Order: sequence, then C-alpha cells, then structure tokens
Amino acid sequence: MVRDLTMAYGSVVIQRDLTFTVRRGDIFIIMGGSGSGKSTLLRHLIGLQAPAQGEVWYDGQSLWQAEPDERERIMRRFGVLYQSGALWSSMTLAENVALPLEQYTNLSPSQIRDLVSFKLALVGLEGFEAYYPSELSGGMQKRAGLARAMALDPDMLFFDEPSAGLDPISSRRLDDLILELRDSLGATVVVVTHELASIFTIGTNSVFLDADTKTMIAQGHPKTLLAESQDPKVRQFLTRGDQRP
Amino acid sequence: MDAAQRVTQTQGKLDVTQPTADTLCVRLTGQWTMHATLPATAVVQTELAAMPQAQRLIFETQELTGWDSELLTFLLKLKEICTQRQVEFEQAGLPHGVQRLLALATAVPEHHEGRREGGRESIVVQIGKGALAATAATHEFLIFLGQVALAFVQLVRGRARFRGVDLMLIVQESGAQALPIVSLISFLVGLILAFVGATQLQQFGAQIYIADLVGLGMAREMGAMMTGVIMAGRTGAAFAAQLGTMTVNQEIDALTTMGLTPMEFLVVPRILALALMMPLLCIYADLVGILGGAVVGVGMLHLDAAQYYQQTLYRLHILDFVVGLIKGAVFGVVVALAGCLRGMQCGRSASAVGTATTSAVVTAIVWIIVWDALLTVIYNILGI
Repeated sequence: MVRDLTMAYGSVVIQRDLTFTVRRGDIFIIMGGSGSGKSTLLRHLIGLQAPAQGEVWYDGQSLWQAEPDERERIMRRFGVLYQSGALWSSMTLAENVALPLEQYTNLSPSQIRDLVSFKLALVGLEGFEAYYPSELSGGMQKRAGLARAMALDPDMLFFDEPSAGLDPISSRRLDDLILELRDSLGATVVVVTHELASIFTIGTNSVFLDADTKTMIAQGHPKTLLAESQDPKVRQFLTRGDQRP
Repeated sequence: MDAAQRVTQTQGKLDVTQPTADTLCVRLTGQWTMHATLPATAVVQTELAAMPQAQRLIFETQELTGWDSELLTFLLKLKEICTQRQVEFEQAGLPHGVQRLLALATAVPEHHEGRREGGRESIVVQIGKGALAATAATHEFLIFLGQVALAFVQLVRGRARFRGVDLMLIVQESGAQALPIVSLISFLVGLILAFVGATQLQQFGAQIYIADLVGLGMAREMGAMMTGVIMAGRTGAAFAAQLGTMTVNQEIDALTTMGLTPMEFLVVPRILALALMMPLLCIYADLVGILGGAVVGVGMLHLDAAQYYQQTLYRLHILDFVVGLIKGAVFGVVVALAGCLRGMQCGRSASAVGTATTSAVVTAIVWIIVWDALLTVIYNILGI
C-alpha cells in the first residue's frame, strides 16, 4: 500500500501524491508511457530508493520508517524479477538460485540442491544448473531470474517489464507462468509493463502514471478502465492510440 | 558507366527566375542527392536579398530526376530564411513525398530547452561547477568509506555475509595469478637499480655497495610500490569492471533486494583479499628484485656471489622488510578501495564501465604515491 508518495531524483520530481492499495492476491499493473516513472515507482516499492515524501506500507508496517533489521525482514518476503534478469554473471544458474537459500536458511547442501532443481523445473529450466547466465538466451535468463526470485517462496513478486525483449510466444508463456504462480503460491504480484496484451490478460488492478502531470491519473481493473475511464490519455494508451485525446 | 563515374557526374542545379514582381521561382533540376554536387542556399539568399519586394517563394521541379534527404535539408534551410524575411514558402511545386516529409519534420516544434549547448559558460561558472563537483565527490567518497567501515565492523562481529568461495577466488586471482608479472617487473626493477648504482659506484671502486642499494631500495620502497602499481592496473581495474558491470546489469540491485549488502558481499572480500595478498606479493617482489640486482652485480661487475650475499645480509634488517610490507598492505587496501569505489559509482551504461575502469587505475596510482609519501615522512619522524 502506498500513501502520498512523492518520488524525486535530487530536485527533479518524477511523480507526486501517489496513493493506492495493492490487495493480497492481486496482479497489480503499474502502467504509463515511457519516462513516466514506472520503474522508479517499483524501486521505491522494493526498497531500493527512499521516497522524497510519503510512505510505503506493507501489512501496517512502513517500509521506510522501519529499523534496518525490520526493513530487511520485510524485504525478505519480496521476489524481484529485473528487466534484464540481473542474474549474477559470475555464478552458475544453480548458484544463483541457491544463494538466497544459503544466506537465509539452515538447509543442508543436498536439500538446497533439490530445491534449486525444483525451482528451475518450475520455470522449465531443469538440467541447466551448471550453465552460466551468458550461455542462455534472453527468455531463458528471464525465466532463470524468476526461479531466483521465487527461491525463498516470497509472498510478494515484483516484475520489471517482464515481456521486454521477448518474442510474443515467450512473453505469453511468461504471463501464463505469472498467473500460475499467483494461483498456486497465493502470491501478490506487481508488474511494471506497457504491454497491452499482458495488461489485459493478467491484470486485476492497476495504476496509470502520467509523465506530464507527474501523478497518477487513473486506477482500477484494466478492463474497467478501458470501458469506463473518461481520461483521454488513459483511453489513448489502452487503445494503442486509436482514440486520440 | 561504372558507379564511381556516375557518382562524380551527378549534380543538382537550380535556376532562380522572377515570374512576377513579388514572386521568386526556384527551378530544381538534375539529381539532388547526397552523392551529387549541389549549389548552396546562399544563391537563393542573395537573390532574395536583391529583391526586397518579394512576397512568395515557389518551386518548379518537373525536371528533378532524383532526390533524398539532402534536398530536404536544403529546403529546410530555405524555409528558415523565408521565415526570417517574412516571405511565403510555397511548397505546392515540390514532389509529393518531399512535401509530406517537410510537414513531418516541422510538425513538432524544436525542443529549445533540450538542446544542449556547450562551451558557453564563463570561467567563473566553470570554476564554481568544478568546486561543487569536487565537494560532491568528496562527500560520496566519505559515505563510501563509512559504509566500508560499517561492513568491516559487521565482519569483526562475525555477521558480515559473503561467500567464502568468492574470497578464495579473488585471493587466487589477485595473488597467485599475479606472480608471473610481479616476477618480471621486480626482476627488471632490481636490474635497473643495480645498473644505475653501478655507473656511479664503480668510479670509487665501491661496487660492493650495489648490494646495499638494491637491497634497501627493493625492501623499503620499490618492491611495495611496483607491486602496488601492478595491482592497480591488474586487479583494481578488474574490480571496477566487475562491480561496474554488475551495476549496469542491476545485479547489485538484485543483491540489495535479497537483503545482501553489496558492501559486505562484494567489497569486503575484495579489500580483504588484497590486504592479505599484497604483503605476500611484496616480499616475493623484494626477493626477486634482489636476485635481479645480484645478476648485474655478479655477471657484470664481477663481484663474488658469496660476498654479494653476505653484504646484502649484513645491510638488510628485518625492519626494512617490515617497513616495506606495511606499505604493501596499505597499497593493497588503497587499490581495492579505488577499484570498488569506482565500480560502485559506475553509471548505467556500457561506456560507464570503461570510464570506471580507467578512473579506478588512475585513482589507485595517485593514492599509492600519496600514501607512499605520507608513510615515508612518518617513518622518517619515527626514525625507522
């Protein structure tokens, strides 16, 4: 949940007065044109960048007011899939997925090995344990990144432009995977994207950021927005410009 | 006719006529392309200037055989001139495609604030900006140093989180794998010291003091310094490149969201590895350098090998090595800090990694020399 959030780089304000709530089990879409601050908002949600003003709440706890230890505990419930996958390039896939497990659990090496294979199997990469990220295609890297994000069974999953750089079929498969994970793990999912197909297939709630007014100009279920939104910018975005403002 | 000939022969031409009193007609003929020789806009400009009553500029292009973007830039310049002189620019006579492209290029007004113009700032502004940048850089460095210190506190408390495997790997890369180049450089430095000394000392028949010169020079100064410089170029640059690439790929962000502090996970093992390896490399460099000196002493100056050995032992105290080793350890920390600092400061593009690497090497070498001077003064005061 976000309340009165203002984001800025130095004195340059990116977005101001953002207030919205993500419900448990939602697939929440952050959308908006290029440069509207979608990824920056995500960085605030996952604790990479402190807000200039306002707060981010998780189950009644403020992420940025909390003590460092407390914040770390909140952040440990996050799984994040970065735009480029962001796998640690000096480690194999298995090591990538295993690192969070090694750091935060007391599992034995063989238990970890089994868990790693399981997570990789979930994203269809079983048997690729010993590969380095650079040996994989873009789509595979993304899926491996997802396996790592899920390593600690997080209850909040964040995706930064999951379909960027993927062909339509891989991107569709990733959408299916996100839906499947939400349903089976009961996780809450936050997705930054401007891919209309994804927005309408998976989104259950959304917020629309506007670069000109520097604030959110709409929120709600994407399909409802398409049907009912009065805002010309939102309509233009959701109809791919067919309905010009 | 081959391609080259065709290129040299194509040209565009223009004639300017005056069909009515207030109209100027530009007739474009031939090839108006990038490969053709074309007249300048000045031709039309002078015609316009010579005709103050002109109201309209029209075009005739029936004999235009080819055109590309070159024609469009020409027309855009003309249009600009027309706007300045308040002459109507009538594009009706131009080919259809040209008209549409012109419309497209002028559809969005030029973004004036966005166009960056350089070299216009006064010297005062430049000095001011430089001072501000320097303050910001110092501030950033102090924050980095503080974070490193905190990470080391965690390490001492046994709570720092990094992988032992990583530490071992860095130790291997920065230590064992540096042996060949350290051998070569220190052997040559020992050799050079001996040569420089030999020409002077021979005049007094005091060749045997070559052993003193090389021994003290290597142990107290050159061993640590040369190893430091090698490490700056080899390992410091590698650190900056590794951390820089990780920043660009968001790998650092991924660590942070996983609750792993990059300072603990990446910087601590690197500083630790170099602080451990540098003294070892240093002592190795000292010995190889002394060997290099001995080769010159025995081989060229015909000193007795045993005598050279005795003289070295007599002159060198364990303290001389300790002095060098302390310098080595300090240089190790300095090189690792410079590499990690520049790596973590890296921007988010591929070219930023290159800049970070270069900057890491330069920073490391500057800091090495500054610390060398400082330590030498301190040793002098302490009398060791």
